[in-house]
Amino acid sequence: MVTEQDKPSDPPRPSFPSRPRRDVVLVSGGAGRLGRLVVQTLHREREVVAVDRRPIHGLPKDVTHVRTDLRWRAIEDIFRRYNVEAILHLGLIHNPRAEDDQYRFNVLGTQHLLDLAAKHRVPKLVMLSSANIYGPHPDNSLFLTEDAPLLGAENFPNIRDLVAADRIVQSFFYRQPDVETVMLRPVHIVGPRVKNAPANYLRLERPWTVMGFDPMLQLIHEEDAVHALLQALRPGVRGVFNVVGPGEAPLSRILSTLGRRPIPLPAPLVRGTLERAFRLRMTNFPAPEIRHIQYNCVVDGSLARRVLGFEPQYGLIETIRSVLGHEE
Amino acid sequence: MSPELRDKMTRISAELGDLGVDPFGFDPETTKFAAVPLEWLYTHYFRVQTFGLENVPEHGRVLLIANHSGQLPFDGMMIGAALIVDKDPPRVVRSMVEKWVPRLPFVSVLMARVGQIVGTPDNCRRLLGREEAILVFPEGARGISKTFDKRYQLERFGTGFLRLALETGTPIVPVAVVGAEEQAPSLYNLRSLAKLLGVPAFPVTPTFPLLGPMGLWPLPTRYRIYFGEPLRFPGRGDEEDEVVEAQVEEVRSAVQHLLERGLAERKSIFS
Repeated sequence: MVTEQDKPSDPPRPSFPSRPRRDVVLVSGGAGRLGRLVVQTLHREREVVAVDRRPIHGLPKDVTHVRTDLRWRAIEDIFRRYNVEAILHLGLIHNPRAEDDQYRFNVLGTQHLLDLAAKHRVPKLVMLSSANIYGPHPDNSLFLTEDAPLLGAENFPNIRDLVAADRIVQSFFYRQPDVETVMLRPVHIVGPRVKNAPANYLRLERPWTVMGFDPMLQLIHEEDAVHALLQALRPGVRGVFNVVGPGEAPLSRILSTLGRRPIPLPAPLVRGTLERAFRLRMTNFPAPEIRHIQYNCVVDGSLARRVLGFEPQYGLIETIRSVLGHEE
Repeated sequence: MSPELRDKMTRISAELGDLGVDPFGFDPETTKFAAVPLEWLYTHYFRVQTFGLENVPEHGRVLLIANHSGQLPFDGMMIGAALIVDKDPPRVVRSMVEKWVPRLPFVSVLMARVGQIVGTPDNCRRLLGREEAILVFPEGARGISKTFDKRYQLERFGTGFLRLALETGTPIVPVAVVGAEEQAPSLYNLRSLAKLLGVPAFPVTPTFPLLGPMGLWPLPTRYRIYFGEPLRFPGRGDEEDEVVEAQVEEVRSAVQHLLERGLAERKSIFS
């Protein structure tokens, strides 16, 4: 696909020669909870094509849904039929059980999407990565910057595909300078709609904590995360950005803000019990995730504030309490 | 808590978030509770005498560079207490702690709440950028775990602190603690056992491990803490090792001089 870039002019396009192709934004992962939120906001300004291999419910009428796997060739038709102005890649699977072909889906799907972006000269690509890929470690500096090593998979091998996808986009950033590439690494996204591990954990009435540990955590409201993604779509912005919400707070204070009564257990006991419960499918919290409630994985969001102009709209207490809200 | 200490604790400034802690986890409220036993250790147990406290600036970034001794870091606690109990206005000092401390249950949380941070260069740079006072023991674990026959002989200093000082234009205040060496005289360091247990040192003292964990409780030696005049070095922090090492040596000898002065001035270990 690199050679494609070197060709002097556009290849001839035999299909749809008469009518002009409409400008659209392609959103991968449109069926996810965050994906739907993005689509619902974005479609007011731009025409949206949502791609997902799952069925999408509750989409606005003017949004086109293409149900396909990111790895399949069918997806290229979107690029032939429309003028894709931007790609929002939210389509990574974060399944704690890493069933079937998650690794291949995330890595090959991302690669395929990037190849198409280069081939069809899409001017903008925004990828949603995560601050989790730095990983919680006892010797972490507080406020990791974007150039910190991605050690997240060291203790939690199931996220190695997310680290790989992040790296693929990083190398794309340098290989394809014509594409304005933005990668966002937000902290734990919580809110009334999202159902990821941190939001589900905060919804527990009596959550387990690791006895004697109380790390600093950063949360961002789902609508603020959407806001950051839309800001990244603006022309002229490129780069890798940590996206931080309204500040950081110790886990214990977040739980007391929610009125939770945590059950502190010694680390080996939490780990052992969780491992067994996970295998027996009594819980969906993978044992290595307990490091998030044991050690710091705190990132520096100042670059996004400076370059993207991103400021969270929700305050710290509002963001914490947002997990209590119900889905509309 | 004495009324003076209570007054000083309320005058400690910190940029707190909505849930009462600063971005690094420092919580003045928890620190108030910790200040009570700390003040007792400071005034009644170690009966600390300070000299040259005026050398620590009232405001602005500063690096305190001290000798490290005594098996357990009571020296760090006493330097921190000195800057609150005996200094007016009080200053919170944030020490750069060993990288394995955050692995310890309870200790890790207490350390964070009283303002102590893992000693990475990034953390140090960031705190200096916020005009804080940082305490560094450049001898690290080598210093605190040394045996009794090596008392008051400074171990090798790392160069990281000096490069940071140059890079950020921070003055260096040399600090000497006299008295901590004798609080837990280590006769031998069982290195292989320490390695096995995953701790930096396993000292054998007259009371440890003989009396169990309580055998690590320090003897009531009298502490004398000396603060030297601030040192400033020219440079940007990217000089060759040779240049920086010479400057480190100046800091080291400043600490050594303060130590010698302290040893000459004290009449006995316990009074």
